Amino acid sequence: MIALNAVAHNYENGHKIGFKDWQVDDGSQWLLLGASGSGKTTLLHILTGILKPRQGSVVINGTSIYDLSSKHLDQFRGRNIGIIFQRPHLIKSLTIKENLVMAQSFANLPTNLNRVQEVLASLGIADKKDAYPSELSQGQLQRVSIARAVINRPTLLIADEPTSSLDDKNAAAVLELLIDQSGINQATLIVATHDKRVKDAFTNTYELS
Amino acid sequence: MSPLKISWKSIWSKPLSSVLNIILIAFGTGILTILLLASKQISDKLENNSKDIDLVVGAKGSPLQLILSSIYYIDFPTGNIPLKEAQELARSPFVKKAVPLALGDNYNGVRIVGTDSNFVGIYKLKVKEGKFWQSDFETTIGSSIAKNQKLKIGDTFYGAHGLTGSTDIHKTHAYKVAGILTPQGNVTDNLILTNISSVWKMHDHEEKEEHDHDSKHKEKEAPEIQNKEITSLLIQYRSPMSVVMFPRMVNESTNMQAASPAQESTRLFSLIGIGVDTLQWFALIIMFIAAISVFVNLYNSLKERSYDLAIMRTLGASRAKLFLIVITEGIMLTLAGTIIGIALGHLALEFIGSNQESSQARLTGLILLGDEAYLFAAGLAIGIFAAIIPAVQAYRSNISKILSKN
Repeated sequence: MIALNAVAHNYENGHKIGFKDWQVDDGSQWLLLGASGSGKTTLLHILTGILKPRQGSVVINGTSIYDLSSKHLDQFRGRNIGIIFQRPHLIKSLTIKENLVMAQSFANLPTNLNRVQEVLASLGIADKKDAYPSELSQGQLQRVSIARAVINRPTLLIADEPTSSLDDKNAAAVLELLIDQSGINQATLIVATHDKRVKDAFTNTYELS
Repeated sequence: MSPLKISWKSIWSKPLSSVLNIILIAFGTGILTILLLASKQISDKLENNSKDIDLVVGAKGSPLQLILSSIYYIDFPTGNIPLKEAQELARSPFVKKAVPLALGDNYNGVRIVGTDSNFVGIYKLKVKEGKFWQSDFETTIGSSIAKNQKLKIGDTFYGAHGLTGSTDIHKTHAYKVAGILTPQGNVTDNLILTNISSVWKMHDHEEKEEHDHDSKHKEKEAPEIQNKEITSLLIQYRSPMSVVMFPRMVNESTNMQAASPAQESTRLFSLIGIGVDTLQWFALIIMFIAAISVFVNLYNSLKERSYDLAIMRTLGASRAKLFLIVITEGIMLTLAGTIIGIALGHLALEFIGSNQESSQARLTGLILLGDEAYLFAAGLAIGIFAAIIPAVQAYRSNISKILSKN
């Protein structure tokens, strides 16, 4: 379970932003809605332990993440949170397989090539595992970034505008994959977007004003 | 996937600039390696060859030239000294051992040295095959000569007049190889030793022949035949006291000069040293440029990679790990350059050595020095120096800011 308690943040320019409290049950799927500039990315960074809020706490599975040391927080994030960005951003010097193995090792988990194979197969890109990111299409890269996010079976899967740079067909496919993968890996899913096409797939919505 | 492998793959993802950095470092290290090896070998040779010789007495002229010709066998002798006066000096109470040298002929560029059995004692020579020279025209040759000139016991050869060149050959007498020395690691490996009277007789005969058709020449050379002359006298002191007294005595009371191998070698080495210093600075500047180049390379790639590094953080990599990844990349580049540079330095010096004309001062690249460990340390230090700022930046980067810029 994820709980957001009395979180508020100050931007560097002095602008203040507060967030409503939020309870996310295990395995539920949420849509985080808000116009550009409404603080979506800020909230996502706070949720994933990247940005420490000025006040309030974030509790994931009973761990108040900002009470952890920097090193432990990094490790906690690696093990428990999978993040999918608007753009795939894979490490260009590594193959698809190596990108996924790197995610395992950064989370201090043993290399598990079966798991890599399994995840890539479930996303339909098993044949690309020895290719470099530059050899893949944008849609394929987005799948790889989903694979990287779920490789360590995170409890929380967070996607930041995963569909905004894709056409209708690919957006629908990616959304389906996200929902599928969160189901397969029993992960809680939060999708942040301002993309109207995504709305219908979710029943739970957290809206930023 | 260790940080090591990530750094390694990152280096290979931009081969051109990596190779440029490696070449720069290798070039600097290579020059330093050559300087290190060459100056060590030269100073070793200088020391080895004059180890047990305290003083050289010869004709007046440049003391350095006297030392070069009588200790290292590279320059021309300063002239001749009368045997009688040399013998008087040899009997002096200051002198423990005196070795007469008679130079003037060569065989294919190898110097033929007329001397006596004291030479064996002072250089602690041993024969590998055969025996030491005894009768006239018998020779004992250095180990390198036996190898390079393909001479063996019982072979005969003709000496040529002068210290190099083989135009003026003494056809009247042939030298015979009586023995081959064990390798000594000094100048005697490249000498042909015989007795003094062989050298005299070689020239005696010639003078007589020349006399038939050149009486003027004969008159000029006549005293040399009657009053025997030698080139120089190598001296070992009886006591440290001699250092003060003996050279002054020779320089002031005789027509000859005394030169100390130790002093002249030091002087010679300090002359070479100026060139070595210049090259050393040159190499250090190249190393410095290489360090800056590695720095710029890492710093620029860090700008491109800041997003990559932020992603690594979101995947669970700690700040320390990112620091490690960046600094490993710098160290790998410079260490690769250092290793290649050291190898190239050795190869280059071996190549220089094999093309050297003078066999007396041949350099080799096939030795390893303990000092080369310092080059490794320097390579490591440059890697750390060049990578530390980018690495600290990677450590301190604000990933939230980087990720939200997108």
